[in-house]
Amino acid sequence: MKHRSYLALEGIGVTFPTANGPFTALRDIDLSIDKGEFVALIGHSGCGKSTLLNIIAGLTRPSRGVVFLDGDVVDKPGTDRAVIFQDHSLLPWLTVEENVRLAVDKTMSGKSRAERREWVMHNLELVQMTHAAGKRPGELSGGMKQRVGIARAIAMSPRVLLMDEPFGALDALTRASLQDAVMAIQAKLNNTVVMITHDVDEAVLLADRVVMMTNGPAATIGEDLAVTLPRPRNRIETADTPDYNHARHEILHFLHQRYSNPVDKAA
Amino acid sequence: MSSSPVRIASAKDAPSAKEGLLPQAEIIPYPGAHPAAAEMKKRIDFARHVGKLRDAALAVLPTLLMIAALLMVWEMACSGEGSSLPAPSKVWTESREVILHPLKGVEMDGIGIKIQDGGDVGIAGHVLTSLKRVAVGFSLSALFGIGLGILIGQSKFAYRALDPLFQILRTVPPLAWLPLSLAIFQQAQPSAIFLIFITAIWPVILNTAAGVQNIPTTYRNVAKVLALNPLEYFLKIMLPATVPHMFTGLRIGVGMSWLAIVAAEMVQGGTGIGFFIWDSYNSSLLTDTIVALVWIGVIGFALDRIVGWIGRRIARQA
Repeated sequence: MKHRSYLALEGIGVTFPTANGPFTALRDIDLSIDKGEFVALIGHSGCGKSTLLNIIAGLTRPSRGVVFLDGDVVDKPGTDRAVIFQDHSLLPWLTVEENVRLAVDKTMSGKSRAERREWVMHNLELVQMTHAAGKRPGELSGGMKQRVGIARAIAMSPRVLLMDEPFGALDALTRASLQDAVMAIQAKLNNTVVMITHDVDEAVLLADRVVMMTNGPAATIGEDLAVTLPRPRNRIETADTPDYNHARHEILHFLHQRYSNPVDKAA
Repeated sequence: MSSSPVRIASAKDAPSAKEGLLPQAEIIPYPGAHPAAAEMKKRIDFARHVGKLRDAALAVLPTLLMIAALLMVWEMACSGEGSSLPAPSKVWTESREVILHPLKGVEMDGIGIKIQDGGDVGIAGHVLTSLKRVAVGFSLSALFGIGLGILIGQSKFAYRALDPLFQILRTVPPLAWLPLSLAIFQQAQPSAIFLIFITAIWPVILNTAAGVQNIPTTYRNVAKVLALNPLEYFLKIMLPATVPHMFTGLRIGVGMSWLAIVAAEMVQGGTGIGFFIWDSYNSSLLTDTIVALVWIGVIGFALDRIVGWIGRRIARQA
C-alpha cells in the first residue's frame, strides 16, 4: 500500500456542465498535508480556492479525484472537519454559549452535561470570549463574532480545521488581533489547518506552507512554498527578517507577475 | 470631596465669591437628600409623565379627529327624510339596546363563559361564538398550513407538484366554497369550520414555504458541517429561521379567517356575528348591521395585533 499523508488530495478536478459545454474549474490538484501542518491557500478571486475547501469539507463533490483524511475517503461533511466560515455563520437566535454548545453536543454526546458545558467555556476562554457567553451574535462586533466562530470550530476537536477567508470581512486592526489569537491557539493545540486567504502577509505569518493557485479556468496548484520562520512568530519582529521578506516576495511575484489578476489582464 | 489633595481653589482663595460678587448656587450634598432635590425629581418625573401622555395623545388625536369628521359628514349626508342609509344619530336611537347591552345572555362563572342557547343574545355573545369557530378553524389551518408549507419549502418535487394547485385554490373566495362544503360535510357545524379553514390556510402555507426556501445557505452549511440529523435540523435551524415568515402567514391567515366568518355563519344559522348580520338584514334592521360591522372591524383589528405580537415575542426568544 502506498503511503499517504494525513490529509491527501489526489487528482482533484471539478467540471461543471454549462450551456457552452463543460467548464473546468479545477484540474489535477494533488496536495499532501501532514498532521499538525498549517497550510495557506492563496490565489486570485475566482481561482476555485473556496471550491477546493468545500471539497475537503465534503460540502462539494469533486468531478474527479479523491480526498483522504487519515486513510479514509472523504465523501460527505462531518464533524471531524470543522469549518470557519468567512461570514462566521453563527445562528442569530442562539447565544454565544448556545452556538458553541450546538457543536459540542454533537461531537461530545457521550459526555455529561457539566463536562460539555465546561468544554464550551474552556473554548470560549481560548478565544477570550467568556465575557459574552450570554450574548447573542447581533450584540457582538464582527471580530468578536469571528472569535466565537473559531471557538465553535475548535470545540469540535476536529481532525482538520478549515478556514475560508476567516478574517476577510474584518478591518486591518481586528484582523491582526485575530491572527494573533489563531497563532496562540495553534501553538497550544497544533491542529491541522487549511486556510484560504487573499492576504500575503497573513499567509506568511500564519502558515507553515503557502500553496499558490493559478488563475481559473482549469486552475491548479502553481507553487508550493515552505515558510521556515521559527515559532512563536511575532508580527513585528518576524516582519523584519530576510526569510519573511523572501517568502513574501516569492508570493507577490507569483500573484502579480506570473499569474496576475485576470481582471487586470482583461483591461 | 473637600479633603481631596488635588483641590486647588478653596473658598478662602476666592474672597470675591464670599463677598457676593458672583452668584452662589446652593450646594446640594447628594441627590435625593435635600428636600429641594426631591421636589425637583418629582417635578421632572411629572413632566416626563405629562410628556409621554402628550405624545400618546398626539398619536391618537388625528385618528379621533378623522372619525369625528367622518361621523359629521355621514350625519349631514344621511339626515334627510328619505335617506336610504341611517345616519349615526339614527343608529344610536334605534339600536341603543344592541349597543348598550352587548353581554345579554352571556354568563360568566369563574373561567367558563356560557352563552344562552338560542333566543335573545347580545352582540358580544354572538362575537364570542364566532371567535370560538374561528379559533377551531384557524388552529386547523395553522397546523396543516405550517406542515404543508414546510413540505413544499423543503422538497422541490412537492413544490412543483403542489404550488400551482395552491396558487389557483387560494384565489377562490370563501362563499364559493360554501356549496361544496355543505355537500361534503352535510352538517352545518363542520362545514362552517371548513370554510374558515380553507380560507385561512393559503397564506400560512405559502409564507411558511417561502421562509423555508429562504433559509440562508450558510445555516444549511453549518448544519451539514455539524452533521445535524433531520430532527435536529428541523428544531435548531429550520424552525427558528422560519418563525418570522410563519407568523406573517398566520397574521394574514387570522385576518382572512375572520373575513370568512360571515360566509360560514350564513351556513350555520342561529348564533354568531355573521348570523347576526344576516338576521338583521332579513329583519330590515340596518342600524343593527352597522353596529355589527363596527364590532367585526374592531375584533379583526385586535386579532391581527394579537397574532403580530405573539410572533414578535417568539421571534425574539427563538
